[in-house]
Amino acid sequence: MIETLINIALFAMLITTALAIVRMDRLFGVVMLSGVFSLLSAMLFVTLDAVDVAFTEAAVGAGISTVLMLGTIALTSRTEKRHNKRRLVPMLVCVVVGAVLIYGTADMPDFGDPNAPANLHVAPYYLTDSIEEIDVPNVVTSILASYRGYDTMGETAVVFTAGIGVLLILSGLSGRRRREDEEEDEEEQA
Amino acid sequence: MHHHLILRVITKLLVGTIILFAFYVQFHGDFSPGGGFQAGVIMAVAFILYGLVFGLNHVQRVLPPWVVHKMLALGVLIYAGTGVWNMMLGGEFLNYNIFSPLHPSHGQHSGILYVELGVGITVTGVMVAIYYAFAGRRPFIGDDDW
Repeated sequence: MIETLINIALFAMLITTALAIVRMDRLFGVVMLSGVFSLLSAMLFVTLDAVDVAFTEAAVGAGISTVLMLGTIALTSRTEKRHNKRRLVPMLVCVVVGAVLIYGTADMPDFGDPNAPANLHVAPYYLTDSIEEIDVPNVVTSILASYRGYDTMGETAVVFTAGIGVLLILSGLSGRRRREDEEEDEEEQA
Repeated sequence: MHHHLILRVITKLLVGTIILFAFYVQFHGDFSPGGGFQAGVIMAVAFILYGLVFGLNHVQRVLPPWVVHKMLALGVLIYAGTGVWNMMLGGEFLNYNIFSPLHPSHGQHSGILYVELGVGITVTGVMVAIYYAFAGRRPFIGDDDW
């Protein structure tokens, strides 16, 4: 009962935040509200008992991406550009996609359903045998780092590639050259 | 932000705590929520917070960009290296049982520790590197501009 109330309250705040983000022009407020949005989703994950996911969402969504967004608007603009184009088509797209998504949830298994396909394949094996095989109390860790070690290595490689990509685009060699120039300037001044 | 005395004092108090918490999340991930990814992000937050308040130059004196760039690759190398080490001991790639043939679960513990460390190092490096790349583009924006 109380969980339902918490869920309703969280979803109400989530929708309010989303509407406020859409209505707002000042991007500083938008960035702050998207941090709030992430934090609220993290709380929803906690009510779903997905603590590891909530942890990541709070750290990455509310923490890092807020800082990066602030960095971006510091480089670009601080207000949203007003445009008077027709908004009928985007509206239609949103409504249709939303309707399809809601239609799709009708076929989804109930939350925590033990007969859901996702809970029938390897999950029972992980839950019953991981303590004996790996002896780590947090099953999430043993799945991520041991049973699914290949996947996690791929994820690490993806994170690495993303970092390299940003470095190549944003700072890269020109940044290094600029810094060397500055150092030379300082030496000349000294 | 030279005139924000409260921010500066609080930041100095917080940075150590955040780093300690990152280590806790990193090495306690076997028992509680968290692991290398979350720990890496939290560790990066400590440096980013320091950079936001004291300026990019100060944080780059603590953690120079060239170190960060090496960290990116080091983490992936530690992760893949753990797998290669397994193979050199005669086991399968990323099957940590071989680390301790008599007690496979002990081998699993050390294997998980190594790969989580690799993940943590890479994630810290990437987050800090992205922050450096964004913040290094132009002098820090003034307080009055907001």
